[in-house]
Amino acid sequence: MKHSVLLGAITVAGFTAGAAAADTLGDVQERGTLNCGVTTGLVGFAAPDANGEWEGFDVGVCRAVAAAVLGDASAVNFVTTTGQTRFTALASGEIDMLARNTTWTFSRDTDLAFEFVGINYYDGQGFMIPRELGVSSAKDLDGATVCIQTGTTTELNLADFFRTNNISYEPVPIETNAEAQQQYLAGACDVYTTDASGLAATRASFESPDEHMLLPEIISKEPLGPLVRHGDHEWGDIVRWTLNALIAAEELGVSSANIADLGAAAGENPEVNRLLGTEGELGSYMGLDADWAARAIAAGGNYGELFEKNIGENTPIGLARGLNAQWTDGGLLYSPPFR
Amino acid sequence: MSDTHAQTVAYVRDTMLAESAPPLAEKGAVKWFRENLFSSPVNVLLTIVSLFVLFLVLRLVLPWLTNAVWDANSLSECREILAAKGLGSHDGACLAVIKDRWHQLMFGFYPSHLYWRPVLAFVLFLVAIMPVLFSWVPRQALYLTAAAPFLGYWLVWGGSIWGIVFVALAIVIGYAVFRALEGVNGILATVGAILVPIIYLLYAAGPLAGQVNDILPIGIEAVKSNQLGGFTLAIIIGLAGIVLSLPLGILLALGRQSDLFIIKTFSVIFIEVIRGVPLIVWLFTASLLLNYFLPPGTNFDLVLRVIIMVTLFSAAYIAEVVRGGLAALPTGQYEAADALGLDYPKSMRLIVLPQALKISIPGIVNTFIGLFKDTTLVVFIGLSDPIGFTNLIRANTDWNGIYWELFGFVGLVFFILCFSMGRYSLWLERQLQREHR
Repeated sequence: MKHSVLLGAITVAGFTAGAAAADTLGDVQERGTLNCGVTTGLVGFAAPDANGEWEGFDVGVCRAVAAAVLGDASAVNFVTTTGQTRFTALASGEIDMLARNTTWTFSRDTDLAFEFVGINYYDGQGFMIPRELGVSSAKDLDGATVCIQTGTTTELNLADFFRTNNISYEPVPIETNAEAQQQYLAGACDVYTTDASGLAATRASFESPDEHMLLPEIISKEPLGPLVRHGDHEWGDIVRWTLNALIAAEELGVSSANIADLGAAAGENPEVNRLLGTEGELGSYMGLDADWAARAIAAGGNYGELFEKNIGENTPIGLARGLNAQWTDGGLLYSPPFR
Repeated sequence: MSDTHAQTVAYVRDTMLAESAPPLAEKGAVKWFRENLFSSPVNVLLTIVSLFVLFLVLRLVLPWLTNAVWDANSLSECREILAAKGLGSHDGACLAVIKDRWHQLMFGFYPSHLYWRPVLAFVLFLVAIMPVLFSWVPRQALYLTAAAPFLGYWLVWGGSIWGIVFVALAIVIGYAVFRALEGVNGILATVGAILVPIIYLLYAAGPLAGQVNDILPIGIEAVKSNQLGGFTLAIIIGLAGIVLSLPLGILLALGRQSDLFIIKTFSVIFIEVIRGVPLIVWLFTASLLLNYFLPPGTNFDLVLRVIIMVTLFSAAYIAEVVRGGLAALPTGQYEAADALGLDYPKSMRLIVLPQALKISIPGIVNTFIGLFKDTTLVVFIGLSDPIGFTNLIRANTDWNGIYWELFGFVGLVFFILCFSMGRYSLWLERQLQREHR
């Protein structure tokens, strides 16, 4: 029985292998749901609520794509992936896209044959210290004990940073964020270092967050973004421009509050009209209908709304926009024009 | 008796003394304490130290449990409630998280209106396993036992009923082929009984089920594998592994003892390879490597892959445990079976295995308990078992930063389940005790 299931699956696979060409859009539409890879839980980015509904910043991207392609923001099948399984899940076709705070790096883009379609969060490695330490810059941390996750790029970044600044530190190796939190609170280390968004989330869970602070230095570049498989450019375009639509919508002042009005009829701003499909037929170039972007924006709001709702300053995590502000506000978000 | 010698010897007592109570130190609790806790100076010292350690632990844990907050929607709310009582955040457990996420810890993402289905499947399993576990249950109930795996699968995953009906039919076909060829040749019958159902499953079962379903669609709402989670997932993987690995393990143990070179070599290689590699590696193989080997676009259910790997892994261990039981049996038993003129299957079924398995019970249950706890390893391949769910729950801003309560709860449930298995095995050993009495 067990063997036969295995053999059966292989045989079935053999029959269908020929048909499974790189037509992700067609597959998704036929299936009626989008398989979206997310984390096994990261505060603010992806987590289920008490009813099992997924929410978070990365989840918002999945829902926007589902809304654009399928017209239903809830038609997403969330597949939890770990750091080890995420890339094979994507490469094998188990998921259609991965929105799992994954850093865009050279080797992942080229060697692993993935296509990063954009950046939805500019992260970087930061430091958290107890306020009573009285330190205001990471360069004053000479001789500090640092809690650090072993085997990660953060470990290497940290060594580089301290060496370039010619100061010494004593590493306290830890395995997981949960362990780090306990060690740091127990005073086993003076400093905890990991991605700044993670630090903010960790700090938010403390009993008295005000007694701890994040240092201003960010010592690495961690551009996080959704990615798809190499080789299906049509599908890559859809995910890329859905993300761009969310970013452009904020820049153009289109939000979930006014999208019904703006999307109903062509308005004064031609770019808004093109974006929302009231003018021109941009959607048809990707094999979608005219108001694909309008649905994506209506799903969870534009980029700014998603940010504020999940990780922004009014949430317990309380991240400032910083680099993730629109280019017009001094940030790095810059969507190519919809034309 | 007292009358017989009443007048003969003066110093012989002529009446019985009334029974008096044993000395205070030799009865009841005092005796028990003296014998078990204070029998020697070392024992006294150990008792006092143990009591002190127990006191230290309980002094921390008991107030933490008695001050527990049950009604709150987030960790910060818990802390506020504790603070209002004048307690610090570490003075009381925030068990509200268990209450808030009870359904998720138990059922994962299973649709809430269908919770009755895994529960019913579990009850069905318990009922179906009764005739196997307890000899007083009527033997006819074994038919239910045979049907239970298929019904359980159907209840949990849903979908058309015809799929499992036509898969179950493979067993009937195998049996029919065996009976038909039995008269011709024993080996041919065995080979046929294995090959024909496999060919049937590969080429006929799927299309047949599809066509019958078109004519007569009977089915319940289908549930996808990644909606399984929490203890439902742990129990499904654990029970499926346990139920499937026992027969497979027994076959492997017999294969290893076989005189047939190919069967013996295959069994030895299988056991040694599977046992020689950590389970986590097999799980990664199931989730990652198979993805590379199978053609792209294949959707071979991840939970099914995990169940297969867990089953194979524990079957290798069971095989060695059973081999120990077989080796412990005196050669005379094998010879007696031969002397009675029993053929191989009958001698195994009637003489050897009942005795060998009885010897192996502690080892088998030990392996099962280990297997059940090992199901938590699936968290590393992204499945949401109870441990995985502690992560997911913590990833919500409401419950970020909560550890002890969740891990304690998961540990408690695992303890209850594993402890009951251990108790059953002790009971079974006593039931089957035939010597030394």
